Amino acid sequence: MRRAGFWAYGLLTAFVLGSVFPFYWSYLVASRDSGMLTDRVPPLLPGGNFWANAARVFDSVEFVKALTNSVIVAGTVTLTTVFFSTLAGFAFAKLRFRGRDPLFLFIVATLAVPTQLGIVPLYMAMADFGWIGGLWAVMVPNLVTALGVFWMRQYTLEAVPYELVEAARMDGCSMIRVYWHVCLPAVRPAAAFLGMFTFMTSWNDFLWPLVVLDAGNPTVQVALEKLQSGYYIDYSLVLAGTTLATIPIVIVFVLLGRQIVAGIMQGAVKG
Amino acid sequence: MTLSEELATDDQRTPQPGDGPRGRSGWRHRLARLDVKASPYLYIAPFFVVFAVVGLFPLLYTGYISLFRWELGSDNPTFIGLQNYVELFADNQFYRTLTNTFSIFLLSSGPQIVIAVLLAALLNSRLRTPTGWRVGVLLPYAASLVAIGIIFANLFGPKYGLVNSVFQFFGLDRIDWQANRFASHIAIAVMVNWRWTGYNALIILAAMKAIPKELYEAARVDGASAVRQFRSVTLPLLRPTLVFVIITSTIGGLQIFTEPKLFDAMPGSNNGGSTNQFQTVTLYMYQTAFESQHFGYASAIAWVLFLVILVVASVNFLLTRRIASTGGPS
Repeated sequence: MRRAGFWAYGLLTAFVLGSVFPFYWSYLVASRDSGMLTDRVPPLLPGGNFWANAARVFDSVEFVKALTNSVIVAGTVTLTTVFFSTLAGFAFAKLRFRGRDPLFLFIVATLAVPTQLGIVPLYMAMADFGWIGGLWAVMVPNLVTALGVFWMRQYTLEAVPYELVEAARMDGCSMIRVYWHVCLPAVRPAAAFLGMFTFMTSWNDFLWPLVVLDAGNPTVQVALEKLQSGYYIDYSLVLAGTTLATIPIVIVFVLLGRQIVAGIMQGAVKG
Repeated sequence: MTLSEELATDDQRTPQPGDGPRGRSGWRHRLARLDVKASPYLYIAPFFVVFAVVGLFPLLYTGYISLFRWELGSDNPTFIGLQNYVELFADNQFYRTLTNTFSIFLLSSGPQIVIAVLLAALLNSRLRTPTGWRVGVLLPYAASLVAIGIIFANLFGPKYGLVNSVFQFFGLDRIDWQANRFASHIAIAVMVNWRWTGYNALIILAAMKAIPKELYEAARVDGASAVRQFRSVTLPLLRPTLVFVIITSTIGGLQIFTEPKLFDAMPGSNNGGSTNQFQTVTLYMYQTAFESQHFGYASAIAWVLFLVILVVASVNFLLTRRIASTGGPS
């Protein structure tokens, strides 16, 4: 493998700067007032208005409620997805049962189904249940995903030796105890990655929450959209909200970056 | 894999199964058998229940609704057969949104894959702190589509946007990124590319790392230059991964919604610009269902888009497979 030279480092640096810049710009506008945007030469250093603008975000939309809702939704969806995916992954990878392979193929095929296009009947069903406006409507469709089951099955295949499952069975463990005491500890790294991935996906989800939630009880993404769709766009306000909603995720992302990168690359090789 | 090694040593430490299934009473034995027979189905059931209720049923039912004139809140939808489809195929706005969708899709997925492959090649060279660089290029993935839409709508603002300021600084003409149809597509494609290029680069990088080093050595012995090695060894072996990336970006790209919705300078609008110049099919479907409240017509749009995605994904699949079998050793 070639050692990276000047050009490689230069291009990569440009890339990373390009990755970071929109975040920085968001903070920059949020820390000044909208007047800066009319300046002929825009300033490149942050001003001191960020907290003032952030305070206006909390006055303009239900931002505290939005943050709470997003934590509840993303947290619940993460827990159920990890639990059901590891369980199904264990069954598909280590248990023998009639129809196993066709059923697994079916799950892989559903990965390609654009379920987003079914929102009209889904909305009607939620309306019938009286769930519109509530968090159930956002959480229920995302309790478990095909991608989660697929990943966990692939990982469990390698991470859990058959002998261990057999030994636990011989000791008289029930299936669910085998799952809990043998399978789950062995797949913990993959389950952790699935958890982070699910949390981020759920936190950033937009179309469906926009359909079923209103401004009185939003998630963070819906609140941001409401912030932007005011009578006229005050960018210092809107980007203060955007910064507030994005920075926590970016910090977590950088802290857990090594695991996230490894997870994506591992999933790619196995997929 | 270190994890399974760890487990293997664990295995040796496990006490040998001594008493086994001996001494179980009849009903316990039957219970254990039931456990073995039924548990697997129980474990995989949640996915199938959720998928049936919120995936498969809505998609099929969309086809049913599309045969009705069905307004929000009306209790008596009227059956009108294929009338919605007849109207749809004569609907200029539908064709406009379809063209927009394909234009944005091509402008984003094409350059994105090329850049992702090059970026992966850069990341595949020997770097100091390789993980740091990988996290760096993946960073946009942490931003939500809404955040990206808002930030880029600001950057591409026609009057005071930074992009136009930079253009002007270099003596170029300002561009109206909202009103100009093609320019708006480029701006939206830039958002898409910004978020997904690093992610796809990492997937391609993983595939590059899996290529056996001997192949490169053999190529070097044969006197192949670096560029030649890349073309004759790396690219052919990347094809399965590229097929995967292309198919997933097709399925996602043709459903694009959030970016054009947030890009609109008219707050809260679903029009995708004053003359629908950047309205996509999914945005049109959303507008028809939840703004105009024509559920039947929106469902017809959804079904046609579903079929379009199916066709394009299949064509992509066959095309990339054909290319893979005609060129390269794979």
